[in-house]
Amino acid sequence: MIDPLFLAEAAVNGLLLGGVLALLALGLNLIFGVIDIVWIAYVDLVMICMYAVYFIVQVYGWPIWAGGLASVALGAVLGLGVHLLIISPILTSAPVNQLLATGGLLFFLQSFATFLWTTDHRSVRLALPRLELFDMPISVARLVAFTLSILVMLGLYLFLTRTYIGTAIRAVSQDREAMALMGANPQRVYLVTSAVGGAMAGVAAALLIIQYAVHPFFGAAFGPITFMICVLGGLGNMVGAFVASFIMSEVIAISGVIWSTEMGYVIAFVVFIVMIFIRPGGILARRG
Amino acid sequence: MTPARALGLLVLAVLAVTPFVPMGVMGEYTIHVLVQIFIWSFIGGAWSLMGRFGLTSLGHGAFLGLGAYTTTLLWNFFGLTPWLGAIVAVAVTAVFAVIVAYPCSRFQVRGHYFALVTLAVGEVVRLLIIAERDWTGGSLGVTVKPAGDDSLLALQFADRRVFYYGALALWLAGLAVWWRVDRSMARSAMEAIGEDETAAASVGIHVTRFKVGITVLSAVLTAIGGVAYAQYISYVNPDTLAGIGVSLRIVFAVVLGGMYSMLGPTVGTALTIALSEYLRVLFGVKFIGMAETIYGLLLILFIIFLPSGIYGTVRQLVRRRRPAAASA
Repeated sequence: MIDPLFLAEAAVNGLLLGGVLALLALGLNLIFGVIDIVWIAYVDLVMICMYAVYFIVQVYGWPIWAGGLASVALGAVLGLGVHLLIISPILTSAPVNQLLATGGLLFFLQSFATFLWTTDHRSVRLALPRLELFDMPISVARLVAFTLSILVMLGLYLFLTRTYIGTAIRAVSQDREAMALMGANPQRVYLVTSAVGGAMAGVAAALLIIQYAVHPFFGAAFGPITFMICVLGGLGNMVGAFVASFIMSEVIAISGVIWSTEMGYVIAFVVFIVMIFIRPGGILARRG
Repeated sequence: MTPARALGLLVLAVLAVTPFVPMGVMGEYTIHVLVQIFIWSFIGGAWSLMGRFGLTSLGHGAFLGLGAYTTTLLWNFFGLTPWLGAIVAVAVTAVFAVIVAYPCSRFQVRGHYFALVTLAVGEVVRLLIIAERDWTGGSLGVTVKPAGDDSLLALQFADRRVFYYGALALWLAGLAVWWRVDRSMARSAMEAIGEDETAAASVGIHVTRFKVGITVLSAVLTAIGGVAYAQYISYVNPDTLAGIGVSLRIVFAVVLGGMYSMLGPTVGTALTIALSEYLRVLFGVKFIGMAETIYGLLLILFIIFLPSGIYGTVRQLVRRRRPAAASA
């Protein structure tokens, strides 16, 4: 029998992990909902931003907030770059080609990172105090990351609901053709969405690097679970992705403690597959 | 005899005598590259059986891994010959494919969703292989137990030429299956389903039966490819035979070559393997990752500029020119 304390600790860790996963999933989901393309290489962009934070903070000795801001800026630039260079030339071609073009980007980023920085694991060390809650050690880095990601998500929510361009983004994701008929320029909306999605990757990178070491295959480790969360929540459905992040992170954390890390992921993927069969539109989809 | 058929026979004749052309030290290496091209073309062809009808699977690594690991583990632990092992692997893969394909068809999982479900399936198999490390050697992989010397029973030969002819036969068999499916009723049915499932069902096509059938065929052939590859390399590893990486590589090669034609997957596979071998030889161990970087970059460029694949584009050009030549 497993000590309930371990389970409780796993549940708390799962909750904290869920915050960051939600951030990753929201960025990807925003892009998917608006442009209707799955960026297979999304988490690899995060990986590049993580390296940026690592170099700024650990090698050049700048404060972490500067690294974070730089990461957000770099993420936005990368997002714009991906859209302008790769997505916009093939916006009208077959969906499988669009998927594969970003898959090519995945190979490119992974191996270019290996080429530049080798496969060494690198991490940013911050001197943070340890915290205990009911005898459970809680990582302050994770707590900070969780809190910040909730705040950023609130910010994204306000951006999408309270600003003009945010409203336009939501409108495009609801009906592409109608939006063009209303005289809006979908190109501009796509560009803003890609930049915002990229910036979210930058935020996620800054929050991930204080918990995990970065290496060229970081994207391969976190990528699949991010897609699963998006689909589970309903592609394009922001609230769904948010809820799905916590379901998946709890499944991974708790079954990781009971069996092993790999089994944790296996169970999460099986849950995903079964959920797709039962609720194909995502967990929060209305039946129709 | 049409020029195309004559060219085909010529290529076949050249391939048949290649192992006996004296090439000195390059001989072994050429044979090695060609065997890989044959096996992966076969697997790519298996993928395209589904892919051309809009069933984009990103999880063929699952079937590949199931095939390779089933035969290898049966041989290593129970001494079961890979011939029987392959039959077991085919049966296991077929059952597994039905378990995946049936609900996908029943619950109408299509497009992006189908791609992502299969991606998850591929990851599940890879992670299960890693998790069962007592049996499978985990992420370190496992070596096929050597039989001592050449053995038909163990499917192990010191001479690469045996594998060469085996792989050539496998590749030709794959093309034959492709041709057979292309000429069958199933093709028309699958095309109708790919266009519009509801309309296809309304004219009396049994959608689920055809979808599950083509998936099982594709999966089983992929598993056989996995068995062949494992026997040839005599080493299996979860990252090279299951999961996203290899699944994406298969899809890339096929899309690059063109998935709507019989030889498209072969052209694409030959090019990607030749390219990655060339880059590997060019850079050696000097710049680790450089070869793959260029590979990734070229893939992006190819997909942007040649969306219907190399073979597909060439064929379109030839077709466009031919009527012009006829009228002139």
